[in-house]
Amino acid sequence: MTEEQTKLAIENPKMSARDVKVFYGEKQAIKGVSIDVGMDHVTAFIGPSGCGKSTFLRTLNRMNDTVASARVEGEITLDGENIYAASMDVVQLRARVGMVFQKPNPFPKSIYENIAYGPRIHGLAAGKADMDVIVEKSLRRAGLWEEVKDRLTESGTALSGGQQQRLCIGRAIAVEPEVILMDEPCSALDPIATAKIEELIHELRGRYAIVIVTHNMQQAARVSQRTAFFHLGDLVEYGVTSDIFTNPRQERTKDYITGRYG
Amino acid sequence: MSATRTPTDWKSDVMQKRIAGRYAAERRFKFAGLFAVVLSSSFLAFLLFTMMGNGLRGFTRTEIALKIDFPASPLLLDPAAITDESLNQANLPMVTDTVAKKLLGADADALLSPTAWISIRDAIKADPKILSRTETISVPASTGLDLAAKTKGSPEMEAAAARLKQQGVLSTGFNISFLTASDGTDPTQVGIWGAFKGSLLTMIVTLLLSFPIGVATALYLEEYARKSWWTDIIEVSINNLAAVPSIIFGLLGLSIFLNLAHLPRSAALVGGMTLALMTMPVIVIAGRNAIKSVPPSIRDAALGIGASPVQVVFQHVLPLALPGILTGTIIGMARALGETAPLLMIGMRAFIATPPGGITDPATVLPVQIFLWSDEVSKGFVEKTSAAIIVLLAFLLAMNGLAIYLRNKFETRW
Repeated sequence: MTEEQTKLAIENPKMSARDVKVFYGEKQAIKGVSIDVGMDHVTAFIGPSGCGKSTFLRTLNRMNDTVASARVEGEITLDGENIYAASMDVVQLRARVGMVFQKPNPFPKSIYENIAYGPRIHGLAAGKADMDVIVEKSLRRAGLWEEVKDRLTESGTALSGGQQQRLCIGRAIAVEPEVILMDEPCSALDPIATAKIEELIHELRGRYAIVIVTHNMQQAARVSQRTAFFHLGDLVEYGVTSDIFTNPRQERTKDYITGRYG
Repeated sequence: MSATRTPTDWKSDVMQKRIAGRYAAERRFKFAGLFAVVLSSSFLAFLLFTMMGNGLRGFTRTEIALKIDFPASPLLLDPAAITDESLNQANLPMVTDTVAKKLLGADADALLSPTAWISIRDAIKADPKILSRTETISVPASTGLDLAAKTKGSPEMEAAAARLKQQGVLSTGFNISFLTASDGTDPTQVGIWGAFKGSLLTMIVTLLLSFPIGVATALYLEEYARKSWWTDIIEVSINNLAAVPSIIFGLLGLSIFLNLAHLPRSAALVGGMTLALMTMPVIVIAGRNAIKSVPPSIRDAALGIGASPVQVVFQHVLPLALPGILTGTIIGMARALGETAPLLMIGMRAFIATPPGGITDPATVLPVQIFLWSDEVSKGFVEKTSAAIIVLLAFLLAMNGLAIYLRNKFETRW
């Protein structure tokens, strides 16, 4: 694997990782990954279970900090600023790099409160009227407004799985992040709800840099413009999605996407 | 495996017997469970019935209506100048005795409570004008007469009760003073208020100390502390503390709060502190379990949009864990409310006839009061003991009811 095969030149990368290694105690989970994430595309991370794609995603907004045994080496920058530098405020970083999780996890509060919580703790709304605007705008962008506008006071947990996940996306959008990380956002959803989320990802593209982890290769092919294939902690191949799926350069990538293992 | 195996004959005798045996085992188990439930509920019912039977009488008091002709009595008092001092100098006990002997006969001494004169003093104090006319004042009957009127007493008292009833001066009614008075030597005059107030103050001190410290400890151990041998030791110590016999905590309170810190003896403050030591481990253990059961996905969600660790804890984890923490607090507080032994060690068994004015005043608590009364020789205290138990149980029920209400209020429906 040479440098030019793994790294795809992106002008003005939003985030870039250089030689990132992640350890859980003694065990090395990520073995030196370098990658650029651009503003204009959706980037998909694919690979078999346990390949480290979720672990790597969680280094991008330092969610790995919550795991006591996790240790990160290398450099990850957001707009050229090292996010693991001592001067970086983690709270602000996570507001700038939002995250959507595998299982929909709305707060057990009202739909309105779910959206309003982020802007409130970061002081983004000037008052009640301003907050109402933010909530409506976020729910509209998450494609949920029409379904919930008459029941904003109902609990977020009373929604269906797909609606909950869109609520979680709306919650992430509400704090105006620059990057949105999605960790297998559709793995707990049925096909119709999945289609809606994918449609939403299309609409959000360009406004936010989106990174999505998925083990569904069709999904990666449908929603992303760039795809990175991880295997056993290595970034095996990174390229334009259509190239990866039609003309993989690495043997391992080819074996994986043709279903020889996974 | 042999090739000649025949298909299982489910209808054979052996099989039928096996099935019958299985059904019998099911029935035996069901019966054993039912028996246990019936047995325990009948014990409970028995306990409640005896307690109510004895205790409810403790809430009533027999009174004798004395028709006193004040101008004709040997009382020397100026209606225009009634003060505490002049009342004290008027020798009311003797006057009451004289009047009662005239009205009730020579055995009036045995019929009236030794503290009957207090009722007359209070009546004069409330309205000095009665000194110029004949007034009927109800005074408490003696313990013997009280028992004879309510249940069964000595033959003489039974006769006296029958005689007075015929005269229409004997009445048994709800004894409000049992709820408003404090400990005393005369069972007809004692009340539960002092001990109740003592319990209330002690519980407030206990709650204010053990709840914040217990919850903070649980939060720290669960959310902040990194796992190390040091936190392991703390965990084991807290689990052991929860199992330490309560009297040991009393000794601890005695040697530290009284002998070392020189805090006031017999006070609700020290009692509350001692009980807080005992309650805290229970709250910590329940709190940690409640915090542990908050789904990690909620922490991720809040962290993921940039909440700080403190915001995650206080705005998400704590509200979700609160119902569980409250359940632990109820259990701990209920145990503290019924605790007697550690309070004996720090001197809360003293005879205290005035309700405590604050947490540093000498006080006693309900269970200690029950313990003290159950030790009294006088027969009148028996029913007072049962009545005090009813008050204690009512207090406990009220406390639990409040906690259950709070728990349901904070409960999150997923």
